[in-house]
Amino acid sequence: MFRIVERQRVNPEVNRFVIEASIIAQKREPGQFVVFRLHEKGERIPITIADADAQAGTITVYVQELGKTTFEMGRMNAGDEIADVIGPLGNPTPIEKLDGEVFAIAGGVGSAEVLPIARKHKEAGNKVIAILGYRSKDIVILEEEFRSFADEVYVTTDDGSYGREGFVTTELADHLEKGRPIAEIIAVGPAIMMKAVCDLTRHYNIKTMVSLNSIMIDATGMCGVCRVEVGGETRYACVHGPEFDGHKVNFDLLLKRLASFKEEEKISLERYQAAVGDEHTPWGAQDA
Amino acid sequence: MPDTKIPRQAMPKQRPKERIRNFNEVALGFSAELAQKEAERCIQCKKPFCIEGCPVEIDIPVFIELVAEGDFESALAKIRETNLLPGVCGRVCPQEEQCEIVCVLSKRFEPVAIGRLERFVADWEIREGKMDVPSVAPSTGHKVAVVGSGPGGLTVAADLARLGHKVTLFEALHKPGGVLVYGIPEFRLPKAIVARECEILEKIGVELKLDFVVGRTATVDELFEMGYEACFLGLGAGLPWFMNIPGENLVGVYSANEYLTRINLMKAYLFPEYDTPIRVGERVIVIGGGNVAMDAVRSSLRLGAKEAHIIYRRSRKEMPARDEEIENAEDEGVIFNFLLNPVRYIGNEAGRVKQVELLKMELGEPDASGRRRPVPIEGSEYKMDVDTVVVAIGNGANPLVPSSTPGLETNKWGYIVADAETGKTTKKGVWAGGDIVTGAATVILAMGAGRKAARSMHEYLTTGEW
Repeated sequence: MFRIVERQRVNPEVNRFVIEASIIAQKREPGQFVVFRLHEKGERIPITIADADAQAGTITVYVQELGKTTFEMGRMNAGDEIADVIGPLGNPTPIEKLDGEVFAIAGGVGSAEVLPIARKHKEAGNKVIAILGYRSKDIVILEEEFRSFADEVYVTTDDGSYGREGFVTTELADHLEKGRPIAEIIAVGPAIMMKAVCDLTRHYNIKTMVSLNSIMIDATGMCGVCRVEVGGETRYACVHGPEFDGHKVNFDLLLKRLASFKEEEKISLERYQAAVGDEHTPWGAQDA
Repeated sequence: MPDTKIPRQAMPKQRPKERIRNFNEVALGFSAELAQKEAERCIQCKKPFCIEGCPVEIDIPVFIELVAEGDFESALAKIRETNLLPGVCGRVCPQEEQCEIVCVLSKRFEPVAIGRLERFVADWEIREGKMDVPSVAPSTGHKVAVVGSGPGGLTVAADLARLGHKVTLFEALHKPGGVLVYGIPEFRLPKAIVARECEILEKIGVELKLDFVVGRTATVDELFEMGYEACFLGLGAGLPWFMNIPGENLVGVYSANEYLTRINLMKAYLFPEYDTPIRVGERVIVIGGGNVAMDAVRSSLRLGAKEAHIIYRRSRKEMPARDEEIENAEDEGVIFNFLLNPVRYIGNEAGRVKQVELLKMELGEPDASGRRRPVPIEGSEYKMDVDTVVVAIGNGANPLVPSSTPGLETNKWGYIVADAETGKTTKKGVWAGGDIVTGAATVILAMGAGRKAARSMHEYLTTGEW
């Protein structure tokens, strides 16, 4: 069992958890994820590791309430135990000193996934520019953390309630037009947002890495549910990824595969909400 | 007294109409009376070929004689001398190709039902509420890491623990048993049987570390740094193969591993009580002709499919599945389509599979496997409506451990190179066996490989000679 040390609601749809997982805390590198199974009847879901404290033996994750499992997890508290935390999984992000700027682009809770990657780029001596996009002001997370090390930070909101009105691509397009010396872009967020970023940067031929959030079960290559098409070839996001060259990813297929169990997810969530008497609808569920 | 006039005793089973509505075990097992009657058929050969036919060399005539005498406790103890998984092996070993095929009785009569007797004594102990924990040699102080808790790993762990070594069994999933828990369905191998056999292992001192992905959580070299002196890799063949035909990534096209893992390990057949879903629809096709294909197609019926098809590119004669499983599938109403191969899948707007295009085949000359090669009949394509496709054509080698272990040689298919007699790999202190060495095979062959590796590892641990 893995004990939750801290739980904090950071916005109406996202919780931050600090969880005891000593080996994972010592081992993990930016870009890697864990698989959770909350309890005996739970499903296995992948969540990116946002941070870790090797000495305390804890990992930090940000979990957006999207379906039954993440909703249920949002109702767990410090002291509660998670049955299984498996990892670290996936390949670490390759990070080295680059000739040019690194743009770290995040959508929503994706900012928790981009944060450790961006920070390590900074530590490797790269100039880091962060573009963080959210739907509205009240769900902005981690802005201060990015500001603490990034060379430039831009925030966009879909509704204009904070930062610049528009999407991350609105902001990115300006930088691309100005011809900034971008060596590499890492974009993490909803599949549709990563697709939009890639469609934009493709014209500029700028290397754009994305972290694919496909459905996983074992996440060690055994089941094959997370398969994605990259450059026309089938790859497993769990063992070959999760990061891939975004210009080669078949996002349309990924979006369809992510919706595989939409109806079942709805049944499961509604059933759980009825059982716990909580009518709060997760924001993500409205979108889906 | 051996009595060859007694016919081979049939296995009582759940009736097909009932069993396709539940996930309970199909074969119900022998009663004590049936078991003794069957055991009396054994003529106690002076030179028992059956022992040679068993990859883990169970002293078959002796255990059968004890069953005939009604001393089931001693019969089980006899089996456990060489095999700590009798409940598993009695159910899933291909006995018809191993111990039973060489039974002297099979020349004139039918062979003794060795597998059913093995299963009987294992189940007898559970019914009696007993658990015979085998004795263990005094501690040697040596620490061994066994990676993967499938049949190969369980055998190595059992053998080395009984020799007095301190064994830690590392498992990536949240339950021990490997393919026994994620792959083989409840109706063929109840998970409680696997759990019990793992519990016995813990009772003899094996430490189980679940949720530990060797290659990620720690590399093999890091295990050595942690103080393990020898390491067995029983990783299984865990990377599903696809045919690389158009439409194979559509929603509703599952690998057999995904399909069976959802059902067996994650209990998707109990959704929404359990959180992992599965969607089956009315017509399911399963591509392949092995035991895994049979497991998938029979699961489909139990999940409510109106039609469940096997699509196999050769004829029934070449199907690699056990006869018993093919017959069970037939009795349950599975539709077998031979000499057919899918060429592409067609999806709807949501990216969900709705049709398969199939190509008829005919058999040509034998190929390298000795089986007649399927040859496409040009222009014979036709389409069939489907809701679900399960691709059960085998698995390749999972790259996680080989790619993170310098010095560990693999062959061109990614399987680990290991000596057939000892299981030694090209890296000092590391052994391997089972599907990760041979490619997909059977439970008992993995156990046999584990047995050989354990002998070699014991020698290394006690002499230090590689």
